[in-house]
Amino acid sequence: MKYFKKAALAAATGAILAAGAAQAETVTIATVNNGDMVRMQKLTDDFTSKNPGIELEWVTLEENALRQQVTTDIATKGGQFDVMTIGTYEVPIWAQQGWLVPLDDLGADYDIDDILPAIRGGLSVDGSLYAAPFYGESSMVMYRTDLMEAAGMEMPEAPTWDFIADAARAMTDKDNDIYGICLRGKAGWGENMAFLTATANSFGARWFDEEWNAQFDSPQWAETLNFYVDLMNEAGPPGASNNGFNENLTLFRNGQCGMWIDATVAASFVTNEESTVADSVGFALAPDNGLGKRGNWLWAWSLAIPAGTQQEEAAKKFVAWATSKDYLELVAENEGWANVPPGTRTSLYENPEYQKVPFAQMTLDSINSADPTNPTVDPVPYVGVQFVAIPEFQGMATAVGQQFSAALAGQTTVESALANAQALTQRTMDRAGYPK
Amino acid sequence: MARQVTLNRRLINTAVAWSLGLLIFFPILWTILTSFKTEAEAISLQPSLFGFDWTLENYQEVNARSNYPRFFANSVIIAVGSTLLGLCIAVPAAWAMAFVPSNRTRGILMWMLSTKMLPPVGVLIPIYLIFREFGLLDSRIGLVFVLMMVNLPIIIWMLFTYFREIPGEILEAARMDGANMKSEILYVLTPMAVPGIASTMLLCVILAWNEAFWTLVLTTTQAAPLTQFIASFSSPEGLFYAKLSAASTMAIAPVLILGWFSQKQLVRGLTFGAVK
Amino acid sequence: MMSPAVILLLLWMIVPLAMTLYFSFLRYNLLMPGTEAFDGIQNYRYFLTDPAFLEALGNTLMLVGGVLCITVIGGTLLALLLDQPMFGQGIVRLLFIAPFFVMPTVSALVWKNMFMNPTNGLFAFVAKVFGGTPIDWLGHYPLPSIILIVAWQWLPFATLILLTALQSLDSEQIEAAEMDGANAFSRFFHIVVPHLARAATVVILIQTIFLLSIFAEILVTTNGGPGNASTNIPFLVYAQSLLQFDVGVGSAGGIVAVVLANIVAIFLMRMVGKNLDL
Repeated sequence: MKYFKKAALAAATGAILAAGAAQAETVTIATVNNGDMVRMQKLTDDFTSKNPGIELEWVTLEENALRQQVTTDIATKGGQFDVMTIGTYEVPIWAQQGWLVPLDDLGADYDIDDILPAIRGGLSVDGSLYAAPFYGESSMVMYRTDLMEAAGMEMPEAPTWDFIADAARAMTDKDNDIYGICLRGKAGWGENMAFLTATANSFGARWFDEEWNAQFDSPQWAETLNFYVDLMNEAGPPGASNNGFNENLTLFRNGQCGMWIDATVAASFVTNEESTVADSVGFALAPDNGLGKRGNWLWAWSLAIPAGTQQEEAAKKFVAWATSKDYLELVAENEGWANVPPGTRTSLYENPEYQKVPFAQMTLDSINSADPTNPTVDPVPYVGVQFVAIPEFQGMATAVGQQFSAALAGQTTVESALANAQALTQRTMDRAGYPK
Repeated sequence: MARQVTLNRRLINTAVAWSLGLLIFFPILWTILTSFKTEAEAISLQPSLFGFDWTLENYQEVNARSNYPRFFANSVIIAVGSTLLGLCIAVPAAWAMAFVPSNRTRGILMWMLSTKMLPPVGVLIPIYLIFREFGLLDSRIGLVFVLMMVNLPIIIWMLFTYFREIPGEILEAARMDGANMKSEILYVLTPMAVPGIASTMLLCVILAWNEAFWTLVLTTTQAAPLTQFIASFSSPEGLFYAKLSAASTMAIAPVLILGWFSQKQLVRGLTFGAVK
Repeated sequence: MMSPAVILLLLWMIVPLAMTLYFSFLRYNLLMPGTEAFDGIQNYRYFLTDPAFLEALGNTLMLVGGVLCITVIGGTLLALLLDQPMFGQGIVRLLFIAPFFVMPTVSALVWKNMFMNPTNGLFAFVAKVFGGTPIDWLGHYPLPSIILIVAWQWLPFATLILLTALQSLDSEQIEAAEMDGANAFSRFFHIVVPHLARAATVVILIQTIFLLSIFAEILVTTNGGPGNASTNIPFLVYAQSLLQFDVGVGSAGGIVAVVLANIVAIFLMRMVGKNLDL
């Protein structure tokens, strides 16, 4: 080992020396390749001109790849990033480990109280903000007004699941490649399980009871999953078990979906110039089942600074810039108000210019109606609407997602998918030693 | 060809071979064509082979969003660097195995090959921790080292099969003339082995160029090669087929062209030991 | 002279492997630092009793076996074809070898999105043109689809090696057999096949090495699903180490994979030893 260390050190010295020159004030930002982040990357000239001496390096990756990289890095203290894009799931867990720098001092004009309370609450631990929200989202129904009219139906502002199912079946026209409803089917805790967990909440189901026992053997989960699989088989697109957010977005923009229940940020993508159906999109709240909970989630992609970074000050400057009111105006100037990153600031929704955007109010209402601390009909021991904020969740929910995806693809029955989900969840929880 | 072949037969062969060849090549061709389409055309339900409005906008977009020259340079440095370093270590080893074999030679060689069968994920965390310890994360030198290790067994094996075909008498003649081990390698073996070494090199460059596990896990910006470049265009929000195609074309073109120009040497090296 | 290579490979193998072995006996989750503790063989028990394990083992073998079958048989047929006189042989050869140079991630992305997608993919379009229903390739036939993609990447390799072997075949031998009245069929099985055996061994050896650790193609296309239908051992280890961040179980899985790989290696070595007279 010692011999190896010396040899490797000698070899590494060259690389470190070479890298030294560029290290002055370079902030390395890891981010998701979502539309709003790509836009941010294009607008960085504004930041660098205001902050000469700070250079930005971008690592833009697809969501899952990004999550693995930043988690490995932060957990092993690899120190490769100065700013990380993470979500409401990671922030509380990481903050409690002491992995993140608190962001209570982002400058006088940052106006931290302007952040939407629901979003701010999800990103704070013990009253300190640990990640600054870049955009916030809930989920809602996006539908084609023309197809709805052709089907002779009218979308209420707050539909029920029964209405959605009827409308989906009425709108479907498989001969012309039009499918009544597009929903996530691709396995993943942030893909189909985000949708299904939120939906299950509105059906009265929950992940765990108060003693942390898995609940997939409950009738509510059976009802949820049967409803979902039946609906998708009758009125969903082919290959739905491989469709995530992006695939559904493509389908919807291409005019192949009657309805799509997904993230509120999608609203600007389905109504912009790249969408072939931009003129005939309507919005409604996520459906419910009359049990007092709607099937909408709450998420915020946020910028956090890992503890131990060498560039903390520069990183804070960047985070403050990217999540400021000024940034919203910068985007509005360049790309129009509809493309401003939504769901983070109260002032944005009070702005008369922004109120003209068709989906603004619906987005705000959706965000405000989600309650991460009280997500389900029956009481639960966890926080989080479409996730359970414990470290074990992502692995186990992805495995459960695989089971549900298999049920959707017809590879297995709903009953056995639920039985498998129950077994593997309980197995993971037993191993992790719950109840703690 | 000593055998007589009728023109008809030749025509049939040509037709069959060309259609199969085009079929196998088609996914690549389709990717290249798609990279010149607009996003809307790329997902059109009525795809067209050539009759679309050719556009360069995807390439412009891809270039505007990422620093292609740096990714490209890193790929070249890492692929070529790891190959050269690997050769430096593998040539003496293969030489020794081919000309001074012992009972254990076969075992060692097979053990080396079996190291290639480990799933890299199994040792990911240890390697990551070691890299962090030595400050090698996101450094080209670290990646050169890892890819060298990953390909070393293949290099040694290929060189070994190649060297073995060099007649031993030549060496003995050289030894008679008083050549020591070093000059044996330098003046006698190397010239005879150059074609084999060249083809080994080609294969290794290609394998290192396409390696997509370690290159993704161990790099972020400074040392990131083209695999990382592709990763940033895989399934973003919105329509992406055309941009993905453009990025893919840019990532595979260099090695495709290299491979096409050198396929003869490549195949010869791969098959030298096998085809006799 | 062998020593630098042997020492380096030993270090490369042994240092990480020793660390992996050590971790495999620890309760060690990256997301819960400070809770590391000796855990006996619990990690192994957990990994081996995972219902997905046997399925993954089967899938690994199916994947390796399926791709080997397609590439060796298809490669032989293509090599026989390419060995025939024709026009533009050089260019045809370039077309055939091209897939070998494509990055696995790129080919997986292209196949998944532009060909196998059941609504916008080219296969769906072709199916509709002929009045059929588009097939949901990755949803209904996940493993065969991945085998298809991987086989596409490796077919050129097999074809070219077998072709070179074929070209070195003594044509006098064939002519002699022709004169003896042997028909094409028996000529093929009595002269060509034995001659190709050695080249086929090389193809099988090299491909198995790479196929046992297939990972990127699965990650990009199906993520191991639906269910566990396309999860192989490397992917299962990945799910433990990088989704669950359970280094303990991931390491135990890594060690299990190493043991399995060595079992395969022993079989291969036997076979190779016979054919390559090492």
